[in-house]
Amino acid sequence: MIATLLAVEGETREVFEDINLFGKVVFYVLSFIATALFLWGSWQRITKYRRGRPAGRIRRPAAAPSSNGSAPTVADTVPSNGQPSKLHTVGTIAANSTVAKRDRSMGIAHFFIFWGFITLFIGTVILTIDEDIVKIATRQFGEERSFFKGVFYAIYSLVLDTMGFAALIALVYMAARRGLFHLPQLDYRRAEEPAGGYDRRQYQLGDQLFIGLLGLVLVTGFLHEGFRIRASGFPDFEIWSPVGWLIAKGVSGAGVTLAGSDTIRTVIWWVHAVLALSFVAYIPYSKAMHMLTDAANLVTHDPTTSRRLPAPDPAAGHLGYQTVEDFTWKELLDFDACTKCGRCHVVCPAAAAGAPLSPRDLILDLRQWASTSSGNVTLLDSERRPEPTGPLVTDGTLAGDVIRADTLWSCTTCMACVAACPVGIEHVPTIVELRRSLVEAGTMEPSLQDALQNIAQKGNSFGKSARQRAKWTKGLDFTITDARKEPVRYLWFVGDFASFDDRLQSLSQTFAQILHGAGVDFGILYDGERNAGNDVRRVGEEGLFEMLVEQNMEQLTAAEFDEIVTTDPHTLNTLRNEYPGFGLDKPVKHYTEVLADLIEAGELDVGALGSTATYHDPCYLARYNELTEAPRRVLRAIGCDVVEMPRNRDNTFCCGAGGGRIWMDDSGLTERPSENRIREAAELDVEMFVVACPKDFTMYTDAAKTTGHDASLRVVDVIELVAEALDRQPALGAAEI
Amino acid sequence: MRIAVLLKQVPDLVEEFEIDDAGTDIDREFLTFLLNEFDNQALEEALLIKDATGATVDVVALDDPEVDQALYTAIAKGADRAIKLTGANGDGWLSTHARAAVYAGWLTGESYDLVLTGVQAADDLDGQLAPMLGALLDVPHVSVVVGVEAADGTARIRQEFAGGAISELDVSLPAVVGVQAAGAEPRYAAIAKIRQAQQEGNVDEVAVDPPAAASGLTIRRMYPPEKSDRAEMLSGSEADVADRIIALLRERGLVQG
Amino acid sequence: MNNDVFVIAEHSDAGLTDATFELLGAARRLADAWGGQVVAVIVGNAGVAGQLGSADVVVTVDAPADYTSEAHERVLAGQVTSRDPRLVLMSMSTQGLDLAAALSATCDRPLVSYVVGLEPDGDAVVATAQIYGGKIMAEVVVESQAAICAVIAGSFPADAGRGAGSPAVEAADAPALDGLRTTFVARHAPDAGDVDITVADILVAVGRGIGGEDDIELVQEFADALGAPVAASRPITDNGWLPKSRQVGKSGLKVKPRAYLMFGISGAPEHLEGMRDAELIIACNTDEQAPVFDVAHYGTTVDLFDLLPELTERASA
Ligand SMILES: Cc1cc2nc3c(=O)[nH]c(=O)nc-3n(C[C@H](O)[C@H](O)[C@H](O)COP(=O)(O)OP(=O)(O)OC[C@H]3O[C@@H](n4cnc5c(N)ncnc54)[C@H](O)[C@@H]3O)c2cc1C
Ligand code: SF4
Ligand code: SF4
Repeated sequence: MIATLLAVEGETREVFEDINLFGKVVFYVLSFIATALFLWGSWQRITKYRRGRPAGRIRRPAAAPSSNGSAPTVADTVPSNGQPSKLHTVGTIAANSTVAKRDRSMGIAHFFIFWGFITLFIGTVILTIDEDIVKIATRQFGEERSFFKGVFYAIYSLVLDTMGFAALIALVYMAARRGLFHLPQLDYRRAEEPAGGYDRRQYQLGDQLFIGLLGLVLVTGFLHEGFRIRASGFPDFEIWSPVGWLIAKGVSGAGVTLAGSDTIRTVIWWVHAVLALSFVAYIPYSKAMHMLTDAANLVTHDPTTSRRLPAPDPAAGHLGYQTVEDFTWKELLDFDACTKCGRCHVVCPAAAAGAPLSPRDLILDLRQWASTSSGNVTLLDSERRPEPTGPLVTDGTLAGDVIRADTLWSCTTCMACVAACPVGIEHVPTIVELRRSLVEAGTMEPSLQDALQNIAQKGNSFGKSARQRAKWTKGLDFTITDARKEPVRYLWFVGDFASFDDRLQSLSQTFAQILHGAGVDFGILYDGERNAGNDVRRVGEEGLFEMLVEQNMEQLTAAEFDEIVTTDPHTLNTLRNEYPGFGLDKPVKHYTEVLADLIEAGELDVGALGSTATYHDPCYLARYNELTEAPRRVLRAIGCDVVEMPRNRDNTFCCGAGGGRIWMDDSGLTERPSENRIREAAELDVEMFVVACPKDFTMYTDAAKTTGHDASLRVVDVIELVAEALDRQPALGAAEI
Repeated sequence: MRIAVLLKQVPDLVEEFEIDDAGTDIDREFLTFLLNEFDNQALEEALLIKDATGATVDVVALDDPEVDQALYTAIAKGADRAIKLTGANGDGWLSTHARAAVYAGWLTGESYDLVLTGVQAADDLDGQLAPMLGALLDVPHVSVVVGVEAADGTARIRQEFAGGAISELDVSLPAVVGVQAAGAEPRYAAIAKIRQAQQEGNVDEVAVDPPAAASGLTIRRMYPPEKSDRAEMLSGSEADVADRIIALLRERGLVQG
Repeated sequence: MNNDVFVIAEHSDAGLTDATFELLGAARRLADAWGGQVVAVIVGNAGVAGQLGSADVVVTVDAPADYTSEAHERVLAGQVTSRDPRLVLMSMSTQGLDLAAALSATCDRPLVSYVVGLEPDGDAVVATAQIYGGKIMAEVVVESQAAICAVIAGSFPADAGRGAGSPAVEAADAPALDGLRTTFVARHAPDAGDVDITVADILVAVGRGIGGEDDIELVQEFADALGAPVAASRPITDNGWLPKSRQVGKSGLKVKPRAYLMFGISGAPEHLEGMRDAELIIACNTDEQAPVFDVAHYGTTVDLFDLLPELTERASA
């Protein structure tokens, strides 16, 4: 070992080897051109991002005072809790963990390409430093020195060879994956356009060119190494470049002479150099730019923007987005960051249901539109159409012509895309901004319009009298405290569905009985409550959202309580994440958290039900608020055997009702998301499909019937199960349940 | 072309209605008021004409409860001007005769080509506004209208009859039209726009004299209809039940024989 | 003013409307109480006068065959002013909505609209009107003057007005119909194609209780016997068993027929939203707890498969 190491002392190779002065000049000119092209292209991109609005990602303004005297916007005042530290993010990027999430092999392959090229790049930088700085500088002081030799050179060679080879293998895997596996996420067909209406072959060519260029750079590098080793007659220390060594052996085995190798080596050197420089120049005009944009995007990614939507820009003078300038720079960066990996596309419940929406295509269309309108040059990597529609629209409305209204209305705001995206793209806030434009223009279906009008006039989407909100309490044999009149520990924010839907009122009554029986001090706002506005905001009706917040905050501020509890995950989300921007400073809990605590504290004496169940994570609990364990704790505590569906926790599948979809017509879908989900559950051998959201109860009861599983699969809310478990324990049971 | 759309607020029908102490009117204290749905259709039809011809659309209302909301909403939807005629409303219900008299007086001093309003309203106890106003102004009037195409000096009007038959009529302007349904679902006004209109506060208030006319009706009493809450269950064999159902239909003249 | 009761007769392509006979029946009681005559007034189309047997007098006035509010108003105003009856009865049809309030203004007579009940009280008429979407009944007297009442169709039995008789037919002079500013252009029949369930008098509605597509036939047979279209809850149209245009409810159509007969529909709020205003609701559902019975006027828990054949048999008899 030491002997070998000693043997390499002083050994090195010439960077330019026998390239003559003319050759060197040509090389430096080419390098200069490549760098210039790279810089120009990058500057074009940056110019585009600079057209965007501030996004508040680098440094958040500390409680910026609102300029127009209206309520401070959420983005202004909310601390960015839930946002990982930048250091953590850098670690995530380095480990490629967002890429590996839910796709292991892809993550490993990407890891090697990522680190392979970074290593090779660093290698080149070291060479440059040695050649153009150290050598030249030392020459000024007499003796030329170099560190690119000896042990350093040996380790350098080994590391670069290994990493380069791993990257090459990974690239072959990537190419095979695209070419042979027919993966649904890599199917570039659009959902909402007939096959002849668009042409995406350029996308495929772009992908192929990208992988191909990378591969060729590596292959020529290795070939060059091989011929060099052959030409220099297998010096011992070159064993540290094992791949090159093997190629050299092959070359000599094939009978290539020493002199022949030398000529070929020179040719390959040039091919390799030109390819590598072309690649550098190609980066900012192609998919390759994701190497830069993705790192930037992940560093500036804020995973909380969906749960706490940004308020509209008060300076814009209109609602929603109309021009490139309306987007934040982060959104414009988002578009360039997309690698078309299609992960969002395959998890999107709208896409799965045959709705005219794919989050991937939405981002790609916005990218093409924003790049074209900013004069960015793109090589391949764009869509062509026979007619100037969709992303090719130049004079038309952004929300409506570039992105179709029905596309925007299809989104359930389930956040699956955001959670799946390996590069930190935030689809949901962008979709909501575009919806805001639709709302301003009044472009929406009648049923949604009715719902919004009802909410505006009566505070609930059912169109029922605001005074009837607490009518469901009439069926109880005790009176719920009026939290507007007496202080309570828990303020129960009941929500529209639990208050007005005939099928859900009994669930609300049961929950009231459970709390009452356990002696919990709680109250409600009676007819003072209004729709909390979570979905109103996600529909894009910001004015109405603000109005609801004002009305609710007036009641909440007047009431005295310690904590808020709600059965509705949507309500929970806005109260917990958005209302603090308007002055709410109390914790907000889901009822399953309260029940889990009560049971575990022994306040609720439950018996064991002894049945098998699967639990459906609502998007607004699991993905939006990372709340997945409380309901499972309850289920376990009441003796249910919980079997997980393949898509669980933050990988849950949306019921299809979120983001205001509950108010829209879903008859055009090929398979409702709720039916898709019930079929998933029916694959398991369980008796019950447990939900923890009032909307889910109606959606899934219906879906179980339409799929014909209603006899074998009981759709049941956690509340009902807890009530049943209390019945199992009549002697010990808490009071009069 | 100048269009006036007459708007009226009516109690929200989803509320529970109670009768006042005198027993001759509803108790308005806890009611909420909304724009009469047909007036909303009339507004939409007017805005469609505006979109097509560039007409100006003014919305006009009396000082009904919560009427400002309707006027601002109309502005947010694209109405050019909102006018509130004050001084005509008393405390309670204002008859159509009184409304028609106030509008007729005011409109005489204005020069509108078309006056659009809803075909009916839930509290039109003494009749509908459009025909009454047409008669008072002595201009042609058409009600139960489902389409207005206005050109210079005339309008082509589609009037609907039972079963969906449609008459096409030409009327010379000015005219009064009672709209049943606009050519499109009434448009949505984003709340932010309504609030903006509210902040700008551009409602012109015009004081008018209290109406001289009255309905000529005396309301003896008002009462909620008797309601049987749950269905009356028909029992017996399927033959018995079938007999009962057919009898129920026959009573209403819905089956012959 | 005399003690007569005017009935403004209406005719459609299918002849005199049912509503005309309903008014005739109601007019008879009032005219008898006041000692006046029932005078049926028919504008244009004098040919149908013979069917108005239960009137004492039929007045026919010539007018253009095609209805316009302006011409008819001028004709009727002339008749009302010259004959000066105590009460004028009209139906709240398109013509009623078009004319009643105009006549009220031109003839200076009070008008009661949305009338569902009429009683004589001495010389006066006491009208019961259904206002605020049927949530409130108003009992109204018109004492001092002669009145006009616009009556909601279906408020009185039509049979009472179908009596045979031989009334005197008087052809009245038509007023000068010059200077009219309204011209009739054309008349269009309702769109052909699939049925418009929003205009039907009776709807037979079917829900998931029917079980399968093949059994829709059972419902269709009963509906055919009644001459009614089949409506449906969403699962039925979702499954493509009936066209979407038949769906009643939140994401379907809102209907308000005179009778809505429901078979195997549970009464989900989304469905009820579309039909709860029907005048008569009869529900058949084997589940006695089904929420549909909260809105239905009559209900039965008999199995729909047993009930439908019985009904079809009786309706086609
Ligand atoms: C956003 C949204 C919008 C919706 N819009 C609509 C809409 O516009 N219209 C609509 O209808 N629904 C709508 N729905 C669906 C609605 O919630 C219900 O799922 C649907 O109305 C149920 O239809 P159904 O009553 O036919 O079926 P079910 O609820 O399954 O009821 C079937 C009934 O048939 C009874 N039955 C079974 N067998 C027999 C028998 N042999 N004899 C007699 N009775 C029998 C059963 O007791 C049961 O009550 C909507 C749902 C959502 C979430
Ligand atoms: S939020 Fe959900 S529905 Fe919307 S685009 Fe993303 S994955 Fe699709
Ligand atoms: S948006 Fe994200 S998840 Fe979707 S295709 Fe682009 S990179 Fe992949």
